[in-house]
Amino acid sequence: MIPLSYYLILSGILFSIGVLGILIRRNAIMILLSLEIMLNAVNLSFVSFSRFSGNLEGQIFVFFIMTIAAAEVAVGLAILISIFRNKKSVDTDYMKSLRW
Amino acid sequence: MAWLILFSPLIACLLITLITLRNSKLSSWIAVTALLISLGISSSFFLKALLTPHWKPMELSIHWITLWSLKIEFGLILDRLSLLMLMVVTGIGSAIFIYSLGYMKEDPGKSRYFACLSLFAFSMLGIILSNNFIQMFIFWELVGASSYLLIGFWYEKDSAADAGNKAFLVNRVGDFGFMMGILLCWSFCGSGLPERTFNFNQIQHIFSEMVGAGLLSPKLLVVAGLLIFCGVLGKSAQFPLHVWLPDAMEGPTPVSALIHAATMVAAGIYLLARLFFLFDASPTAMTVIAYVGAFTSVFAASIAFVQNDIKRILAYSTLSQLGLMVLAMGLGGRLEAMYHLTTHAFFKALLFLGAGSVIHALHTQDIWDMGKLFKKMPITSITFLIGTLALCGLFPLSGFWSKDEILLLAFEKNIFLYRLASVATWMTSFYMARAFFVAFLAPEKKIHHPVHESSWTLTGPMIFLAIGACIAGFIHIPEFILGHDVLESHINLPIAFTSQAMSLSGIVIAFFLYAYRDAWGAKKLKEIFKIFHIILSRKYFMDDLYNGIVKYIQQNIAVLCHLTDRNLIVRFGVNGVAKITKTSGEFLRFCQTGRIQTYALFFFAGITVIVFVFILK
Repeated sequence: MIPLSYYLILSGILFSIGVLGILIRRNAIMILLSLEIMLNAVNLSFVSFSRFSGNLEGQIFVFFIMTIAAAEVAVGLAILISIFRNKKSVDTDYMKSLRW
Repeated sequence: MAWLILFSPLIACLLITLITLRNSKLSSWIAVTALLISLGISSSFFLKALLTPHWKPMELSIHWITLWSLKIEFGLILDRLSLLMLMVVTGIGSAIFIYSLGYMKEDPGKSRYFACLSLFAFSMLGIILSNNFIQMFIFWELVGASSYLLIGFWYEKDSAADAGNKAFLVNRVGDFGFMMGILLCWSFCGSGLPERTFNFNQIQHIFSEMVGAGLLSPKLLVVAGLLIFCGVLGKSAQFPLHVWLPDAMEGPTPVSALIHAATMVAAGIYLLARLFFLFDASPTAMTVIAYVGAFTSVFAASIAFVQNDIKRILAYSTLSQLGLMVLAMGLGGRLEAMYHLTTHAFFKALLFLGAGSVIHALHTQDIWDMGKLFKKMPITSITFLIGTLALCGLFPLSGFWSKDEILLLAFEKNIFLYRLASVATWMTSFYMARAFFVAFLAPEKKIHHPVHESSWTLTGPMIFLAIGACIAGFIHIPEFILGHDVLESHINLPIAFTSQAMSLSGIVIAFFLYAYRDAWGAKKLKEIFKIFHIILSRKYFMDDLYNGIVKYIQQNIAVLCHLTDRNLIVRFGVNGVAKITKTSGEFLRFCQTGRIQTYALFFFAGITVIVFVFILK
């Protein structure tokens, strides 16, 4: 049996990839995708904890996170579309009008 | 009904300012009617008190403000003292309101004038009817404010505007003391009781118990008495706060008659009478009050010797007579002082109205520009003569009776003060005779346009007041206040003869000095007593002294305070904080880039730091 630490390390790597993707990528769609990766990294650790402790609560949580992530992506994409209509681009470098 | 006495002038004032301001004729009649209503109701109460042998004083009140254990009422007190004052204020007030109809006929601000006059009547009646300290203080200030409005009625004139300011500011000085006195009284009266009160009757009750039990130290009583007396100093224009009253003559003459002779300045005397129990408990305070009164009396009379403005002569005479009343109060003669207040209100208002009639006809206030008015203005001259003689205290006019009571009281209590008061009496008859002879008998110095007697609205009130000045003395006020038979009077013959001799000698000397063409007094007296003349005509340099104090001391302190405030408090305190906030904001705003990734970077960096902190812990 694969020990818990492997799952957690994988989850940590996925999470870091997501963070780096958010920080580095300039394309808003890629940022959204990175966000999804982060969410799924968290899901992974939930599921593995659930499995190893024999407790189903973590799995229930994951279902909720998935639905919410779907809703979040829908809203995020809608915002991106309207930004694209305004700016003709989804590059975050052009999205800096909210400042001093 | 009793409430209507107080509120009918207020209603008139509101009606005029809110509705009929454009229609000056209607406004003036509203004001007159309102005061006549007050007069009617108060005289019905007065007659009831006069004719019913065992008339009980009344007190009406509503709860106005309730703060925990402190209850402030809004009430009316109707006892013999306040009824007497009501009659003086509404009676003489009505005469003067009617007089104003004629006097202010052509004035463009007539509506405003009558609104202010009604406001004044309201506040004065409020002082009289107040049954507690707070209400009285409010009306006390309202009287000051309406007096300010009326003194500065012709505000286009700088002198009138300045006089209004001066009156208000000087009064504020006195009122500050009054307010401290009220608070002091309140603090020691009933501090142990569950409910604190400002009510006069209750305070009197508590006070007499505490004094009886010896709970109050004499020093406290002196301080409280003298602080409240400060209010009297301001309103009744006693030395050293007398400086505003002569300047207040810049207002229209009926205002001078009503406010600065008959009623408002009498408010101080009324306050002394109302709070007599407080002063009576402290002999030291009483002595101070008596000496202040006597000094003011002589001091003001001497200034009146050299005044040339007829209204200013009357103003100084008012100061002097108020001094006599304060003197009587200080000697314990509450009743005598109220007696003199009543008679004085009649003849002094009469004198002012007479002066107003002359000013209205001649358009000058300088007595040396007048002369030979007896033929041209017979009614004015005769009523003015009656007023003068009543003020001089000649038998059997009203001034004689009341002044004699005061002199008798002084003779019994303090012979030095009696002498001062007698000197003041002599001086009064001298300067009043001087004014009368120069203005009405002496040959005219300037030729004016034809001068006629004034119309009935002017002469009618004067005749009414002249009758009052003749007979008011026969209604023996002290007996009225005590509830005895009012027609009973007693004369102490030696005192009466002395005072008559003093007054007559003053009049005769003035006659020889001033009544002829090339009269000696007019020309040479000034040169012989040059130094005295300078001192007196500069009013003992009191105005210069106050100017000096303000200019060199107060002004410098103010400059110092201003500089400290500008350079220390504002620069480093107020503006300093603002500057720090602004500067830090200038730098911190660059953190807000508007780019979502910068925020995310900070966010994750923060989380990383927190996690590390927790792990290391």
